[in-house]
Amino acid sequence: MVKVLKSGMYSSVQDLGRMGFQQYGVPYSGVMDVYSASLANHILGNNTNDAVIEMTITGISLRFDCDTRICISGATMAPELNNQAIQMNKSIQVSAGDVLSFGKLAKGFRCYLAVFGGFKTEEVMGSRSMYNGVTSQSKISKNDVFLINEMNSFTVSNNALVKVKDEHFLSHRIDVYKGPEFDFLSKNQQEFLFQNSFTVSKDNNRMAYQLSEPLENNLEPIITSAVLPGTVQLTPSGKLIVLMRDCQTTGGYPRVLQLKESAINRMAQKFTGSFIDFKLVGSR
Amino acid sequence: MAFNLTYKPFGERAILVEWPAIIDAEILKDIIQFKTTISDNSVKSIVELKIAYNSLLIIYDSVCRNFENEVSMLKNIYKSLQLNNDTVSVLWKIPVCYDVAFGVDLEAISEEKKLSKEAIIKCHTEVEYTVYFIGFLPGFLYLGGLDVLLHMPRKATPRLRIEKGAVAIGGNQTGVYPAESPGGWNIIGNSPVSFFNPKLNVPCFAKAGDRIVFKQVSLIEYQDIKALVDAGLYQMESEVLHG
Repeated sequence: MVKVLKSGMYSSVQDLGRMGFQQYGVPYSGVMDVYSASLANHILGNNTNDAVIEMTITGISLRFDCDTRICISGATMAPELNNQAIQMNKSIQVSAGDVLSFGKLAKGFRCYLAVFGGFKTEEVMGSRSMYNGVTSQSKISKNDVFLINEMNSFTVSNNALVKVKDEHFLSHRIDVYKGPEFDFLSKNQQEFLFQNSFTVSKDNNRMAYQLSEPLENNLEPIITSAVLPGTVQLTPSGKLIVLMRDCQTTGGYPRVLQLKESAINRMAQKFTGSFIDFKLVGSR
Repeated sequence: MAFNLTYKPFGERAILVEWPAIIDAEILKDIIQFKTTISDNSVKSIVELKIAYNSLLIIYDSVCRNFENEVSMLKNIYKSLQLNNDTVSVLWKIPVCYDVAFGVDLEAISEEKKLSKEAIIKCHTEVEYTVYFIGFLPGFLYLGGLDVLLHMPRKATPRLRIEKGAVAIGGNQTGVYPAESPGGWNIIGNSPVSFFNPKLNVPCFAKAGDRIVFKQVSLIEYQDIKALVDAGLYQMESEVLHG
């Protein structure tokens, strides 16, 4: 078991999300940055879909009541075990009674904590990803207690320290495909999308990132149709909205771009004031 | 029925199939039939099929390496569709209490439309609505068929909190909020039944192609039904429809 001593700004349990329930209007949810979360699971020898804790801006504080191994990936948040700095992207031995805490955010926006075997929280519709109205809690609170697997004395583990490319956190490049309504945009609008940098506005969360710079728009709304994480919508007032993992299943705004899967992961590490440059990839 | 469909890639592992941009029950039937046939063919790489008014999104388990191949396979499936009139759908009779305690915008609509509250309720309960798809919120049914008399623009300033079960009108649509949510629709009543239950394998009772009628109940009947719903004992009235 682990006990939450501090919840952090916004922490939740996430796996790869809820597949197959879009037809009932249920969002995918799941880790925002699949790349970082999968890396943490991989280093521990877990399954990719094992549940991790996703922390945003500030870290969580946890007390372990059994021996286990953990791995921390994603944003750099100065992790400490019993007030001693520990390395990221490395399998770390934890003993019963140890306290994990985090310090200041230095790079990126979302940090992942994986534990050997994954967090064994409530599973709803094939997923442990927390989502309001689907799971009984929508985020982690102080004093929450989560089950984890007790570690056998010597489970095989990988002691390698994995080097993660800074690019994932620092590059502004966001690879996109044309969205279903891209061709409805004028030549000028299309060029505007690729010749300017955009800024992430303060309206950014697990559902969507709104961008600050408007794109002059005269497109009518469309008949409500499917959207996906990574869909970039254009509102009648010219706002660009990048949908993220908790997004609704359908929408009525023109879908002008679609982020590449890896670009969604990169976007998940951006925050208020970050710049992004859309880069059109592929011929389609 | 053969419509002129367009096929577009949507990101790296989805294909969007689009029907003519109109909201029409014949199109819905065609989309459902295409979706069902794709499911029956159980193409291994397809993990999810998502219906909307005039589109079907086909989601694959990994990157579509060859878009043209996938599209030509889909086109072949579409060509093979048989006109099928044995479709089975369900007519759900949904209890709604239109008491002003719930229908907080009834008065305003009544003034705007120069219709009595009774006339509004009659108009809303007389129509059989078609379920086009579920979206927006888990369990939110997109319904077609609202009488033009009741078309009413969304509120300029959305409410921060709309109660679970609120029955509302937004533009040319009507629907029921399956959970508490912010929203800009005009509220005319409340339904005690549950539109989304995450504990069930099939979390929604209705599906695309089903029909809905709203049945007026009194405040007392509402409370009785609510108690049964909360106890998990409520059985909604329904009829199976063929063709």
